[in-house]
Amino acid sequence: MTTDTPTTNVIGRPIDRVDGPLKVTGRATYAYEYAEGGKAAYGYILGAAITKGRIVAIDSSEAERSPGVLLVMTHRNAPPQADFGPPVTPAVPEVFTRARPVLAGDRVRYYDEPVAFVVAESFEAARAAAGLVRIRYKREDAPFDLRAGVENAYRPARANAGIPTDTAVGEFESAFAAAPVKLDASLTTPFEHHTPMEPHATLAVWSGDQLTLYTSAQTLANIQAGVANTLRIPPDRVRVVSRFIGGGFGSKLIAHPDAIFASLAARALNRPVKVALTRQQMFANAGHRATMLQRVRLGAGSDGRLAAIAHEVWSATARSEEFAEQTVAFTRSLYAAPNRITRHRLFPIDTHRGEWMRAPGEAPGMLASECAMDELAEKLDLDPIELRIRNEPDQDPERKVPFSTRNLVACMQEGAKRFGWEHRPAKPASRREGRTLIGYGMAAAIRGNYLGPSAARVSIDAKGQVTAQLDMTDIGTGTYTILTQIAAESLGVPMSRVRIELGDSRFPRTAGSGGSWGATSSGWALRNACDALKQKIADAVRASGTGSADDLASTVARIAPNGLSAEGTVTRGSEYQDYSQHGFGAHFAEVGVDCDTGEIRLRRMLGVFAAGRILNAKTARSQMIGGMVWGVGAALMEEGVMDPRFGHFVNHDLAEYHVAVNRDVPNVDAVFLDEHDDKANPFGAKGIGELGICGAAPAVANAVYNATGIRVRQFPITLDKLLPDLPVVSV
Amino acid sequence: MKSFTYERAQDIRQAVTSVAARPDARFISGGTNLLDLMKLEIEQPKHLVDISRLPLDQIDETPDGGLRVGAQVRNSDLAVDRRVRSRYPLLSQALLAGASGQLRNKATTGGNLLQRTRCYYFYDRNMPCNKREPGSGCSALQGFNRMHAVLGGSEACIAVHPSDMAVAMTALDARVETLAPDGRSRAIPIGELHRLPGTTPQVETSLQRGEMITAVILPPPPSGRQIYRKVRDRASYAFALVSVAGIVDAAGGRVRSVRVAMGGVAPKPWRSPEAEGVLTGEAATDRTFTAAAEAALQGALGHDHNAFKIALAKRTLRHTLADAAQG
Repeated sequence: MTTDTPTTNVIGRPIDRVDGPLKVTGRATYAYEYAEGGKAAYGYILGAAITKGRIVAIDSSEAERSPGVLLVMTHRNAPPQADFGPPVTPAVPEVFTRARPVLAGDRVRYYDEPVAFVVAESFEAARAAAGLVRIRYKREDAPFDLRAGVENAYRPARANAGIPTDTAVGEFESAFAAAPVKLDASLTTPFEHHTPMEPHATLAVWSGDQLTLYTSAQTLANIQAGVANTLRIPPDRVRVVSRFIGGGFGSKLIAHPDAIFASLAARALNRPVKVALTRQQMFANAGHRATMLQRVRLGAGSDGRLAAIAHEVWSATARSEEFAEQTVAFTRSLYAAPNRITRHRLFPIDTHRGEWMRAPGEAPGMLASECAMDELAEKLDLDPIELRIRNEPDQDPERKVPFSTRNLVACMQEGAKRFGWEHRPAKPASRREGRTLIGYGMAAAIRGNYLGPSAARVSIDAKGQVTAQLDMTDIGTGTYTILTQIAAESLGVPMSRVRIELGDSRFPRTAGSGGSWGATSSGWALRNACDALKQKIADAVRASGTGSADDLASTVARIAPNGLSAEGTVTRGSEYQDYSQHGFGAHFAEVGVDCDTGEIRLRRMLGVFAAGRILNAKTARSQMIGGMVWGVGAALMEEGVMDPRFGHFVNHDLAEYHVAVNRDVPNVDAVFLDEHDDKANPFGAKGIGELGICGAAPAVANAVYNATGIRVRQFPITLDKLLPDLPVVSV
Repeated sequence: MKSFTYERAQDIRQAVTSVAARPDARFISGGTNLLDLMKLEIEQPKHLVDISRLPLDQIDETPDGGLRVGAQVRNSDLAVDRRVRSRYPLLSQALLAGASGQLRNKATTGGNLLQRTRCYYFYDRNMPCNKREPGSGCSALQGFNRMHAVLGGSEACIAVHPSDMAVAMTALDARVETLAPDGRSRAIPIGELHRLPGTTPQVETSLQRGEMITAVILPPPPSGRQIYRKVRDRASYAFALVSVAGIVDAAGGRVRSVRVAMGGVAPKPWRSPEAEGVLTGEAATDRTFTAAAEAALQGALGHDHNAFKIALAKRTLRHTLADAAQG
């Protein structure tokens, strides 16, 4: 559907991406492609060859003499920057804006941490020279052992975003002990990496004391503040431009070494400098999801009603900067049970900081909870959907406030009908087609709905052209498109008359793309701006005493020949205290497992979601499918393997760090139930960005169990973990 | 990447002479492996001789009913060649199981044979690796060795050869035609092209400096059904954990002739005369296939993360051979 559509009921329609033609014709400019400010020099980062220790000698003379080299930066000549500070910032928002100095001293805190930086006339010259920097290290022990870590774990002061680490309701231990049916299951999830297609990249251009960064970022204000704080300059001297982003998945919420190095070197050389992380460098330097151990205990009556729920996690965290993924927080809102505990624990290791990866919390956490529910259903001889229905709460079970909307049961029932859930093999390992074992699995999905303070500016000229500006980003999800729809519908103009300008920190500040809150936060701010503009027009019409014309353009031309503009803002209201707000869904997966080799292949998958009003049926569906694909990866293949001897991620490229490819995800579909959440925002919409991955992985894992009768508790489920228990079938 | 000079070869003999003249020179064609290695400075040639435009891109019939595949024939073209698909379906299957469409469009027959291992430690210059830096030690032996060899490895190296195409060609008894700097041409049985690591894992083939692969000769196809079965962690764009190339003629229920080769398990494409010996002349039964699989993995040595390959290879062999025997 194109943009030449009517002006009413535009929101919700499956509009094609307005930026699609630019992207498929190569005219969308990404960070590393900018050529602003004259001929750029190219930087290359050299990473540490050890995990932990000190640099005792560094010789960059040969690199400095290498052809085309303009600058070699090490800790001995790096420009002064602000200190990094303690592992935990005093306030939550500072996590995103704190200084992140590079080459700050002779200490190495993790493998591949930048230890030198070379700038040259070409990328190749810089990289070749980086190979000539000679460094001698004094190594220190950097043990990495999940089991030992768990034994020595500590309780952090807070989980991500300030979420409480522990909760307790009722008397879990006694209720669990007394429960007629018990489940106590532990599982591990591996390091995972964001792997966006576009690497972290920045072009830095100084003009006097003004710095402009063309970069790849999800949240411009954080990058602006992070760079300004590192360089110790006021934030208003840093402009961040990020108009197109090749994926982020949570790894582009804060400033990374590309931005800091480019800024420092461009200032030192008085010339633009561009820097990109290599794919290999992204594994160590651009975030990851930490490996973790989870334990779920469920105590139920013989009727399947839960009396006790405990969900605990022990997660690795960087020693230099704490990150406590809120892995078990969603359990506080998912199922009813009078007695419950949740706990987050951490153990430090010597890596770069963990970052907010693809539904932090729910993505790994639901693997534990939803596989446990599957196991419990089998113990109770109940259908997994029926078990969940029996434990459906009538209000948020820990906060004791109503849900704004909650249609989990409807999602499961609609999904069961569409998927043909009644054909699920009743007993595990009971269906074989040729040499392929067939299994079905399902899991619930829940993801919190959030709002971040945001602002927008919208203007209209005498020709009726509408331009809206926000520092929001479109990380590939369709933000340009849905904001076009919102402005068009709010003002009653065709979409073809609306131009959305994003990705520039000079525009009004939004919450950015992250935490699934981008669409609703920036969309609401834009709608308020449009309302304010309409009011201005109405006021001007009234003042002119002439009445309004048939169309907006003629009216504006008459009353304000130079055009009009207005701003709108949105902040969090009391709805978040008064209601528990989440998107819900249900995933269904069918897998085939080769009975000879144990190869697991997804055959089909369906997600049914209820997440308020959908702003664009097409981009929303694509986004859900994208999340489901990540879930397939998490269940079956994604794993950053750390070699404890070296502290490095062994498989640090896309040949060996496996994400799902097209052939791994045939026949994946996502549908939305009609829903309107009037507590969330004027649209009735909820954030959906991450809902698609929540619960997707356990649906696949449960299908593997149903196919094979083998419950693998060490993710990802690869064929080597099935083989020992996979019976030999005669040929 | 180190700076290098570049030369586009005008004819075959000159290309060979150019590379032979300089110890730091390398042939380049598709570059799908060499360029990656150069970017990471695993390979640091000072001079590249581009042979991609040499007239070696034809697939010709041989008088005995086989095919002569020019070294510059692209993997994509070889995979879809009508003669290859009808007479050597095994080879077509193996090619299409390898890499991605884009890579197959660039990669050549000769280059595919000479691609280097994907061992993680070989690709990281901070890690000891006997293949990259002889004498520095093998990081994989005590490290993460899930992809590594269970057959044919040594204390110095357990890296595997990653090619699918070469495994199929090994089962087909291909010969590798080369031109040496002295002007002599020879045809190397494919089983003798790649060397086992022993104490010199840096020496990977029996080619001499400057010797160029000009063609692969496929003898007339043996009788029987051909199957290439690749087992991998994802459905596409992944190296084999284990692969099996099987050609079985079991007309009448008895194995009249059989070829067995494996990939993903050894430093070179692994032909198994042991399995072939067990099968030949025997009844085509589950028991025979199971015995053949056992024989093929006799002496296999697993390490911390790859011991599963032994069971996996046996299971894959057994089923693939049974499948091929169905005719």
